Amino acid sequence: MESERLFNFFDQLEQSFIGEAIRNSIWMFPVIEAFHLIGLAILGGSILVGDLRLLGLLLSTKPINYVISQTTLILKLGLIILVSTGIPLFLSEAIKCYYSRAFWIKMSALLIGLVFLFFIRNPMGLSAVEGNTKLKLIGFISISVWAIVAGSGRWIGFS
Amino acid sequence: MLEIAIWLSETKWSIALLESLYMYPWIESAHVLSICFFIGILLFVDLRLMGVAFTKLPISEMNKKVLPWSLFGFGLMMLTGFLLFYAIPVRSYQNIFFRFKVILILFAGLNAFLFHRQMKLEGMNWDEGKSIPKSVHLKAAASLVLWSGVIISGRMIAYNWFDCDRQPQPEWVNWAAGCIVDLNQMGGLDGI
Repeated sequence: MESERLFNFFDQLEQSFIGEAIRNSIWMFPVIEAFHLIGLAILGGSILVGDLRLLGLLLSTKPINYVISQTTLILKLGLIILVSTGIPLFLSEAIKCYYSRAFWIKMSALLIGLVFLFFIRNPMGLSAVEGNTKLKLIGFISISVWAIVAGSGRWIGFS
Repeated sequence: MLEIAIWLSETKWSIALLESLYMYPWIESAHVLSICFFIGILLFVDLRLMGVAFTKLPISEMNKKVLPWSLFGFGLMMLTGFLLFYAIPVRSYQNIFFRFKVILILFAGLNAFLFHRQMKLEGMNWDEGKSIPKSVHLKAAASLVLWSGVIISGRMIAYNWFDCDRQPQPEWVNWAAGCIVDLNQMGGLDGI
């Protein structure tokens, strides 16, 4: 019963004006997808610079809070680009996503990644100067979760 | 060049790669994910040069400590990119977006070369707090624009809109893609 309601909801999203417009166009999906990738570069780079610092692998002599603070604004920019291109991509093939395991893995990992980022990784990183084992663990978890988001995201296209 | 592509396409490993169920998508995913390492980290080196982020760090330190990670990504990108080309050599070689992408990469490489030459000559002044010349800002911006273009055109390679086996195409498309079009055959097919 639940899943039927969810399916109907996805079906409505697929029939939406935006979904329809993208499906009826040859070039809209590829172009939005390309900008989605540019968002990935921006978000991915911001996450990597911060997480590699947490892991002590990059700029390890610089304060952690400085590195995290310098990447946060760009990270948010990447996130905005990803979400604003990701939603129309989803609307154009909502039913396919409904049946795609990769899509549900990505959305679950994304939710975990965002909560972890804004409630654990950033608050702790912004109040830390020198690294320790706990911060390394946080960097490792963050990098792993976002790799799953990006990797399973790519896999939606293969299914 | 076309002969080399045809020869590559007939090698055992090229066929194996193309026909593999899992290898190709895995290499493709690694290629896409290395964007984060390469272009994502390069973004911060360029933003430093433009005075947008990490302004408290000397430029020389960004180049010594951060750029190597970006180059690691570049290596991964080239390796996986070559394998992707190797799996589909002829179609890639005659793909208009692939050709455009290669041209953009060459320009980006030239831009990087010019920047590093300039840094070697006058980079020590930038660290001493003197203002960074406009030409450096410009090269950093050019880097971001060119690599964004590489991402966009790279994504488009997947589409066959301008492929040689889809005729008729406008003359400039066939020229740019290096298509060899047999007009007699086409006439036969279309009954002209």
